[in-house]
Amino acid sequence: MSPTSKFRVNCIVCPMSCYVEVELDGEIRVTGYRCPRGKEWAVQEALSPKRVVVTVLKVKGGDLPVVSVKTDPVPRDKVREVIRELSKVELVPPLRVGQVVAEVDGVKVYVTREVRGGQQTF
Amino acid sequence: MDVVVIGGGPAGLSAAIRAQELGLKVVVVEEGRLGGILPQCIHTGFGLLTYGEDLTGPELAHRLINSYQGEVLRGHAAGLEYSYHRKRVRVITEGGTVTLEAPTVIYAAGARERHAHEIGIVGDRVAGIYTAGEAQALMDLYGVLPGREVVIVGSGDVGLIMARRLSLEGAKVKAVVEMLPYPGGLARNLMILRDFNIPLLLNHRVVEVRGRGRVERVKVVSGSKEEWIKCDTLLVSAGLVPRVKLLRRAGAIIDERTSGPLVNDRLETSLPGIFAAGNSLVINDLVDYAMEQGRIAAEGAEEFIREGGIPSQDWVKVIPGDNVRSVVPQLISPGREVIAYVRPSKPLNDATLTLPNGRVRLGVIKPSEMLRVRVKAEEGGVAHVEIQG
Ligand SMILES: Cc1cc2nc3c(=O)[nH]c(=O)nc-3n(C[C@H](O)[C@H](O)[C@H](O)COP(=O)(O)OP(=O)(O)OC[C@H]3O[C@@H](n4cnc5c(N)ncnc54)[C@H](O)[C@@H]3O)c2cc1C
Ligand code: SF4
Repeated sequence: MSPTSKFRVNCIVCPMSCYVEVELDGEIRVTGYRCPRGKEWAVQEALSPKRVVVTVLKVKGGDLPVVSVKTDPVPRDKVREVIRELSKVELVPPLRVGQVVAEVDGVKVYVTREVRGGQQTF
Repeated sequence: MDVVVIGGGPAGLSAAIRAQELGLKVVVVEEGRLGGILPQCIHTGFGLLTYGEDLTGPELAHRLINSYQGEVLRGHAAGLEYSYHRKRVRVITEGGTVTLEAPTVIYAAGARERHAHEIGIVGDRVAGIYTAGEAQALMDLYGVLPGREVVIVGSGDVGLIMARRLSLEGAKVKAVVEMLPYPGGLARNLMILRDFNIPLLLNHRVVEVRGRGRVERVKVVSGSKEEWIKCDTLLVSAGLVPRVKLLRRAGAIIDERTSGPLVNDRLETSLPGIFAAGNSLVINDLVDYAMEQGRIAAEGAEEFIREGGIPSQDWVKVIPGDNVRSVVPQLISPGREVIAYVRPSKPLNDATLTLPNGRVRLGVIKPSEMLRVRVKAEEGGVAHVEIQG
């Protein structure tokens, strides 16, 4: 983002969906928000947006060929790299919800679905 | 048995958990996976209102499955017979047909997706045409990428979420095509188009598919303009329709506006003792509301058993007015504060909702975001619900 640009976004923190503008001319000016949570979110979104990445990892010997996982919030421009790294991972059961199964550049990856060894889990 | 719950998705499981808390003996009938659609919705955005935590679909399913310790019957509920004190549910299981009997039934069978032919898409019958939910199951349960170059029909949440999943896994989403002049999804999902630079074609329709064996191109029209987009996959995300076949056959009245059953404030259908919840009652964009409906239905079932029926009364009829597509429940008890779900019919920027018990300032509203409100109406007559822009 160039330092003189104006960033416009609909706040997604609550259903009011305020249309927030963030000016980044040296000092940061924010307009359009109706509460501090929205202001903070919009500034973060303008300067360094982060995303939780969700994907599936291969599982050998599970109930299904893959298991769903999620990461800690990752800077948006690193999302593809994280996905690429994770495509190399293969897991074996048992896997528990919340279990950390990989780490990419310090970003933890958690299992979100239970996989018991060789059994149907749901 | 006190209550048979048909469908083990979030609505059905929430109903079963609540019914058990209230001391009822419950059986859940499920033909597929417990958790319903949740195990294949691997994204976050679930349960924020219920738990104050942003869970993924599989995590929420895990929570619900762990909190329900009761009986589950694996099989397809194929028949529902009504009489005031006894309902019979015929279930086709691996071991043969089983008939369950109980004074109450909670119907939570979810919704089905609209297919390409239902939205007027013609052309070659080729491989590579999926509903968004089918593509989601392929990718996120079975690890199979449905295609490389994809056009998505419909800008609702399901379509947008699949646009992100496909882009991240290396497919190219060439366009999201939306018939209406405004996008359909929740604001947080519209961010996806921005994140991945995906073109959104508003006021456009996909009308034709061509290919030999597999999709090769689709025709997109807007007014008198038309163009062909090359792609190998067409994803249809054209909305959900409540699954009400069993209810309709049993004789329940279906509301034209929701395509789900007409219900009173206990979420009891026009067949006393048969309740409905979740996406087979009304399409819910938030799982929290589907779960809440499950709990309300369970409380209704408990009352039905305790009182020998929901007390009959001079129901107040809810009338959807300006800018309101639908309201659930359609009948409410006079003098009782109840929860209602209101679907706006168009986007408005500074909206105010008028209820029999007052006005609510809403701010920005969209058809994709169902409103949840508390309604109270006095005896006699009707309750008007309308939205001013
Ligand atoms: C792709 C997608 C993404 C979504 N994303 C979000 C989100 O981010 N946040 C959010 O809050 N909500 C989201 N939702 C909405 C939410 O998932 C739904 O509101 C919720 O799943 C509805 O629950 P349900 O129990 O009514 O239906 P379902 O989850 O569809 O469950 C119905 C169950 O009934 C079973 N069944 C049906 N018929 C029979 C029968 N005859 N016999 C036996 N069993 C039967 C089915 O197998 C299924 O398991 C999303 C929905 C979709 C489709
Ligand atoms: S700025 Fe505040 S009030 Fe407005 S949408 Fe964001 S969180 Fe809601």
